[in-house]
Amino acid sequence: MLEQTVTIAAHERDAEAYFRLVLHAPAIAPLIQPGQFAHVRILPMKDALLRRPFSIFQVGRDTFSILYKNVGKGTDALSRMRVGEELSVIAPLGHGFTVPKPGGETPLLVAGGYGMAAMFLLAQRSPQKGIVFVGGRRRVDILCEQDFAAIGWEVRVATEDGSHGEKGFVTVPLIAEIRNSKFEIRNYKLFACGPTPMLKAVGKIAEDFNLPAELSMDEHMCCGVGTCLACVIKVKTGEGWEYQRTCTEGPVYDSRQILWEEAK
Amino acid sequence: MNLSVSIGKLRMQNPVTVASGTFGYGAEYARLIDVNQLGAVTVKGIRLNPVPGNPTPRTAEVSSGMLNAIGLQGPGVDGFIKKYWPFLRELKVPTIINIWGTTVEEYAEVARRFDALGGVGALELNVSCPNIKEGGAQFGTDCKLLAQVVAACRQATTLPLITKMSPNVPNIAPLAKAAEEAGSDALAVTNSFPAMAIDIHTRKPKLANVTGGLTGPAIKPIAVKLVWEASKAVKIPIIGMGGIQCADDAIEFLMAGATAVAVGTANFYEPQTALHVIAGIRDFMARKNLTDVKEITGSFLPGK
Repeated sequence: MLEQTVTIAAHERDAEAYFRLVLHAPAIAPLIQPGQFAHVRILPMKDALLRRPFSIFQVGRDTFSILYKNVGKGTDALSRMRVGEELSVIAPLGHGFTVPKPGGETPLLVAGGYGMAAMFLLAQRSPQKGIVFVGGRRRVDILCEQDFAAIGWEVRVATEDGSHGEKGFVTVPLIAEIRNSKFEIRNYKLFACGPTPMLKAVGKIAEDFNLPAELSMDEHMCCGVGTCLACVIKVKTGEGWEYQRTCTEGPVYDSRQILWEEAK
Repeated sequence: MNLSVSIGKLRMQNPVTVASGTFGYGAEYARLIDVNQLGAVTVKGIRLNPVPGNPTPRTAEVSSGMLNAIGLQGPGVDGFIKKYWPFLRELKVPTIINIWGTTVEEYAEVARRFDALGGVGALELNVSCPNIKEGGAQFGTDCKLLAQVVAACRQATTLPLITKMSPNVPNIAPLAKAAEEAGSDALAVTNSFPAMAIDIHTRKPKLANVTGGLTGPAIKPIAVKLVWEASKAVKIPIIGMGGIQCADDAIEFLMAGATAVAVGTANFYEPQTALHVIAGIRDFMARKNLTDVKEITGSFLPGK
């Protein structure tokens, strides 16, 4: 991990409240593994102090990018920043996805909303092409379909309002694929990033079909580097459970490790 | 130019440490900053046994600050010694270990254990955490209880004792005096302020614990006043803290009467802060032709 002041190389609206931000960060870019995140201090924010964590979307030779949704004070200030302006970044952070080995399992990626951003690098670096399942509320919430298509991945879409792809949750086409697989089911491995109820559902599917799954967990984060103990989740241990830091031991966990909390 | 200060027997190469709970156990930030440049490293609060901590969400951002209710999650004395002490022991700068308990006896036992460990710089008695139901804050708001805790720890160890004072009292002076008279070598002023925030869309608290402690720049002026009031009441040195973001903030605490300062919440968003504060104090001294940082302590001019 490095802490650096980096420059905005590109910043474009993707759709509605979604933005793509490219940062010139030549020292950080080569270090990034799929599923890791960047902790960003948005310098123009005056009274909002804390850094904001973003999954790393794409990585270039000298750059990395994030794909974010304008959801609050931090991302609103970020959305107004222009090419050439600076951000302070600590990255790459966290324990990411395990990239499949050549000839190993076939990855099935499952994404909810902007969770899709966290999956791109894994797809790009996986020696086996798989299928990416993406869900969202409406058509506009389905992001970067073309980016996955461009690297030869099949994308299956589900929207809650049926405006794009299948109507319903992303788990519907996922279960259908596993059930109707023309491949040996055992060769599948699930990788997921999205809202907690979706992750929980993917964990259940993995358990039901006896498939391995890696989940990128989302918990309210503060320091991002393991000191504040804000972003903890319950992880099973030999004796019971312990709180682990999603910023450091996570955000990616084997689904069997997670002790799911009752819905909050 | 002399930046070194003494907190009892604890000698610091400069007057800047970090606030307990904002710097983990040192090793986490050692990947981003040279911790050997600090005056001392202060670690997160430790009691005798491991503590799981509170449910999440444990923090919430508020204007110019944040709320936390971590619940003193920690590995206990043995876990700390096994997992974190090997790193801290090798540092060139001293470690201040923040300790707490639910009884006077537990405080004393933890103090004894760290006394026996050898190589510890000082113990900071946490009698002011607002997020623990039993223990913690009750000791920090009652002169008699506070004196008992400090005296019991004084009996248990020859290590310098720093009592971390609660801000949640009508008048800090009698408590500061009680800690001094019971044998505390220094005071840390102050801890977080009890506070809460509500999500108006869900009507739920922003913290699972409902209430938490407010820290960050939002509390700085209140903390400066508490340092000033405490410094007038006691002769022992004070480590001032509360919302320090830059050298100017730190110098304000020194002028109010602090001998040293601690950077807290700012570590979470800018890990370089403590190092910037040290450099900034040096610049200030050069500009004002000061040769010893102790000249700043208490140099505040409250008259006209």
